[in-house]
Amino acid sequence: MSSVSPQEIKSEFLRSKIGIAGISILAVLVLVSIVAIVAIPNETFSQWNNPGNWISYPKVAIPVWVNLFLVEKIPEHKILSDPIEKTETSGDISLVSHQFGINFAYDDFPNDFIYEFSAQYSGTPLLEMIVVRPDGTELKLLSTSLPYSESTTKHTERIFSTDESIRKNLFLQSDKFDFSLNRLSAEDVVFSQMSSHQPLKGDYSFMVNLYGVNSKNEISDSTLIVGGKAFGIMGTDELRRDLAVGLLWGTPLALFIGIVVAIASVVLGLLYGVYAGYRGKKTDEAMMRFNDVIYALPALPFLIILSVTISNSIFLMIGFLTIFGWVGVAKVSRSMALQIKTRGYIDAAEMMGQKRSKIILRHILPQLLPYAFASIAISVPAAITTEAGLSFLGLGDPSFPTWGQILHDANVYGAASRGLWWWIMPPGVMIAITGLAFVFIGNALDVIVNPKLRR
Amino acid sequence: MALKKFVATRMITMFGVLMITLLLTISLVGSNMDTILKQGVVFQVRAEITEDPTIANSFSSSEEFEEFVQDQIDQRIQTLGLDEPWYSPQRIGLTMYKILLLDFGHATFLTSDAGSSDVKEIILEKLPRTILLFTSATIIISIIGIFLGALSGSKVGSVIDRITSSFAIISSSFPVWWIGMLMIFLFAFVYQIFPARATPPIPSTDPNYMISLLYHMTLPLITIVMIGFGAWAYLVRNFMVGIMQEDFIMSKKVIGISKKKIIYRHALKNAAPPIVTILALSLSGSLGGAIITEAVFDWPGMGRLYFEAITVMDLPVIIGATYILTVFFLVSIFIADLLYGYFDPRVRTGQ
Repeated sequence: MSSVSPQEIKSEFLRSKIGIAGISILAVLVLVSIVAIVAIPNETFSQWNNPGNWISYPKVAIPVWVNLFLVEKIPEHKILSDPIEKTETSGDISLVSHQFGINFAYDDFPNDFIYEFSAQYSGTPLLEMIVVRPDGTELKLLSTSLPYSESTTKHTERIFSTDESIRKNLFLQSDKFDFSLNRLSAEDVVFSQMSSHQPLKGDYSFMVNLYGVNSKNEISDSTLIVGGKAFGIMGTDELRRDLAVGLLWGTPLALFIGIVVAIASVVLGLLYGVYAGYRGKKTDEAMMRFNDVIYALPALPFLIILSVTISNSIFLMIGFLTIFGWVGVAKVSRSMALQIKTRGYIDAAEMMGQKRSKIILRHILPQLLPYAFASIAISVPAAITTEAGLSFLGLGDPSFPTWGQILHDANVYGAASRGLWWWIMPPGVMIAITGLAFVFIGNALDVIVNPKLRR
Repeated sequence: MALKKFVATRMITMFGVLMITLLLTISLVGSNMDTILKQGVVFQVRAEITEDPTIANSFSSSEEFEEFVQDQIDQRIQTLGLDEPWYSPQRIGLTMYKILLLDFGHATFLTSDAGSSDVKEIILEKLPRTILLFTSATIIISIIGIFLGALSGSKVGSVIDRITSSFAIISSSFPVWWIGMLMIFLFAFVYQIFPARATPPIPSTDPNYMISLLYHMTLPLITIVMIGFGAWAYLVRNFMVGIMQEDFIMSKKVIGISKKKIIYRHALKNAAPPIVTILALSLSGSLGGAIITEAVFDWPGMGRLYFEAITVMDLPVIIGATYILTVFFLVSIFIADLLYGYFDPRVRTGQ
């Protein structure tokens, strides 16, 4: 082992294409992490496992960009929450009107539509829902009164397209259509052409009118959801979660786990190995026996038992991974320390009466630094894949959405055999890319540190 | 003489590791096990008493009856030695002694396909399947790896060398189980060639069971081989690169011995010790990796058993499976060590 100066390492590293590639990928990942931390509010990811948070999202929706490659466009899931608001008063009657415009240009019917609102009123106001279609026809969907209340009250409701009165209302207007509306659901009628049962493309306008007598009424939190089969850049999973959020948040978590475990185990192994190698004799023998014991423990079964019996907290998991990570580094750095020990300047330092700790820190450790950096880079992917594997088995920390957990859920819901590729591909690709970045960096460093590999 | 001493120290270390592993496992699951065992006793005693209505009738008040039941439970717990905590030396000693003799007791929830709840029988049923899948995969991987590695190691910088090296680097950062999911997606959903679940749907007594098992094995086997051989080839290549630079190979080249002969006769022979050692290690390493891979493919082996046992906290099975996995792991490390010591005399003399 020859010593290489930091400047040499830097200049050689910058000349290695693979090293540059690794650093660039890493830079992108760090950027993604920063975006995730800054752009996505913390609540979103802590709500990852709370189904209530994702209720207005669609189930297993394909990413929207797929539509770019399709001739028959899949309907997008739309959540409209900024209607055009109008209030009118004429005499005793007041009207609050919310209007939602939606451009529907897809070749299939939407899954459903849901109207969510909170109304503040007194008396029994009348709620009316009308849709104006691209062909100009107007369909009356609903006309119902809100529950009577003497004083001002707040009423929150969700009106589903499966509502029986919507179906009845549409059935009353069936003479407008040239085909039988029997057994058709509301969204299949509203978004259909008149002449045949085909989706009608164009601008739709949903109007919600709240009529009240002698009272001041208000509608708030007014949201219209037109349920589709495509949503977001990354789609959603069976539990309606937006996969983009999980994937983004997985990045800082994976980097954190990988880098912390790698640094901790390399530092631990380095100190342990160098100390054993430098002291030699009985100390060395005893320390290496202990090393053998840890080396011979089957890591994965133990990690599983530890996470089940002690805790699956992400921080403890980092500790557990470190326990099994330092062994190899300790072995190599011991043998390196054995070699360095025989050199003249160590003898000289000893002769001058320098302290043992000083000799180790000043004269031996710096020689091992290039090797240490290479092994940190090389151990990151192993840490990330092991954590992902544990999460995949369902043993991960449930309060953090990691890539492994997304894949765990995908496996539980049989995503692979159901063909839900957008649920399986991205997390694995992210794991692989992150691993690759560090493998590249590690390889580039390794070539510099071990000149034998260069030829 | 030196070899004997080397073997002896190795064996003692290995046995020590085995004991430590066992002790660690028991201490990790011990308190849970105590609770479960005690609950089992309570359940058993109550069931026995309610079975015989005359016992209940002979008591005048319900309090008296409860006292009697409690008494019976305490007695039973005492005779089983459960009144002492799990960490008392006698109990740990007894448990470890039993496990050493492969007496793992009865599973709490899981059963073998044949219906037995004896942990030893469950493991004996699952173990051959894991060995079948992973050993055949490792053998295929090593054969492909050695040839590809030797080929690219002898032609450093050639196209095949570059492809092998980059494939090795790339494939090593993909988790096997994720590739497994992709393979299921590809070959069970897009092209419906192989089944998505690797458990044959027919009972194991059926004469066609073996054929069905082999058919179900194809997809996991291809996956493991695909992900594994790159790293092997890379390793062999690096050994070969080192050896091809040695003087004796150079001189053979100079004499004019054909390159093929040099590679396969002389160079590979010198690279054999580390290769054989790694083969022994990876055979056992694959058993550990089996847990996740088998969970993905639903392969009915040790890995899935382990996973199921963890999910329902079936402690006797967990302890038994950990023990067997550790034994296999240690035996192969031991063999690898011996082989290394046999090939490289410096190791056994402790230099």
